Amino acid sequence: MITKKEVEHIAKLARLGLADKEIKKYQKELSSILDYFEKLKEVDIKDVEPTSHSVKVENVMREDESVKAKVAGSKLMELAPETKEGYLKVKSIF
Amino acid sequence: MELTNLTIRQAHQALKEKKFSALELCEAYLKKIKEKNKEVFAYLTVSEDSVLSQAKKIDNLISKGEEFSVLTGIPSAIKDVILIEGLKCTAASKILENYIAPYDATVIRKLKSENSVFLGKTNLDEFAMGSSTENSAFGPTKNPHDLTRVPGGSSGGSAAAVAADMAIFSLGSDTGGSIRLPAAFCGVVGLKPTYGAVSRYGLIAFASSLDQIGPITKTVEDCQIVFDIIKGKDSLDSTSVEPESNSHSVVKSPSDLVIGVPKEYFVEGIDPQVEKVVREAIRKYEEIGAKIEEVSLPHTEYALPAYYIINPSEASANLARYDGIKYGLSVQEGKDLMDVYLKTKGEGFGEEVRRRIMLGTYALSAGYYEAYYLRAQKVRTLVKKDFEKVFEKVDALLTPVSPFLPFKIGEKIEDPLSMYLVDVYTVSINLVGLPALSLPAGKVGELPVGIQIIGKPFEEYKILEIGKHFEENIN
Repeated sequence: MITKKEVEHIAKLARLGLADKEIKKYQKELSSILDYFEKLKEVDIKDVEPTSHSVKVENVMREDESVKAKVAGSKLMELAPETKEGYLKVKSIF
Repeated sequence: MELTNLTIRQAHQALKEKKFSALELCEAYLKKIKEKNKEVFAYLTVSEDSVLSQAKKIDNLISKGEEFSVLTGIPSAIKDVILIEGLKCTAASKILENYIAPYDATVIRKLKSENSVFLGKTNLDEFAMGSSTENSAFGPTKNPHDLTRVPGGSSGGSAAAVAADMAIFSLGSDTGGSIRLPAAFCGVVGLKPTYGAVSRYGLIAFASSLDQIGPITKTVEDCQIVFDIIKGKDSLDSTSVEPESNSHSVVKSPSDLVIGVPKEYFVEGIDPQVEKVVREAIRKYEEIGAKIEEVSLPHTEYALPAYYIINPSEASANLARYDGIKYGLSVQEGKDLMDVYLKTKGEGFGEEVRRRIMLGTYALSAGYYEAYYLRAQKVRTLVKKDFEKVFEKVDALLTPVSPFLPFKIGEKIEDPLSMYLVDVYTVSINLVGLPALSLPAGKVGELPVGIQIIGKPFEEYKILEIGKHFEENIN
């Protein structure tokens, strides 16, 4: 079973705030799902290349033209929760 | 004339013959939604005003006597992970509860240019994560055939809307079965196109190497009509592909077809009542002249665990963007930016979404990458090779869509692994990127059972033809 500390570490990596009782729940749930993944150890994967993408597409290019992006005052900026003078505003990082 | 049980083709014909107007057609659907949506809850939002104004414009166009395309005035429903400019797009999540889409998805742009009318946005499992539509932050959709049961997921709202005559067709998205399973559970037709056949621009990203948009319809012909319009390479989605040969001229008579039946899809775990309907469908194909061949996909049992590593890994990366800074929910409490992240995600995401973010983050974290993600990707290669080998000797494969009948609401929600097993016959297809059609094949009592017809990459038209053989000669 994965430890409480591991669950807390993963949650922090994911920036996901968990309640205390959730940490216990995830210890149990994640462990049983990870146990299920053990099944893959039965497969011989020696010399097998990984597939990241099912349909092979390589080097998709477009013309190298600059496009003037109009972000300030656009619909995208209207969606931002906090702005100041046309910039996104965030809390201090520490 | 009953206006809400027509196919696209029938409604188009009737509009042409002026049997009713586009406004009358759309009003009939809005009325049906008013009657039924309360109990089925297929729609999250219905855009009544814009439906009526659009329909009037279309009637104007039709009255001028000009030629109009087959989707003109046809009312459709759109899964709430596909962006329509100016409308809310929630992904059935609290984190996007008030998000207004700032642009159109490419599929929407294409449907708009054909003058389809969007009735509204349909319910789903939050961020399309789930197999029952119970994971919606706004409440579950019910199966129109039995309101105590799930419609399947994640495109449960889109499938239920078509099944309950609340739309002529709908769009869904399919990452591991999310079009095919609800189509099967609701007794309608659903197509998951080849990865890259339809642009994903404007689809809220879930697992980017697996996601595809596709149609849910009443007939195979309708499915083809919608696919014809939404498909094609798009400069805004660099993974979209214009296949060299995907023409309509693949029509084979049933007697020229070799249909493979993978033996691994009929092992323990399948409901015997489901198996009976699927076996009967296979027998019927044989009756109309198709050659049935038993084949083997030896890595089948490893596809599901590989999928449930790759899927949450990609999801955890994609969902990192919901940080309370750029758009969506933002909980501005606490002392610093870290608190904003923790609280926004902590309050905004529902249970299954959190679970997948945790799983994916774990699988990608330092020290575990090779044991989980890389191993899963290697297994993915083996699953792909299985299919390539089998497709050397068959035109298509025929399988069940799910081992189960539509199950009771609440039956599987507490046990994530039992819910994941619902997808056991559909996830391989996304790992390999193949096209697959989900087709109603019969019923057990009131509950629909679907069959899945899987094709080679970019052979959508062939599997659609095979589906038509079933509809025309068998049903």
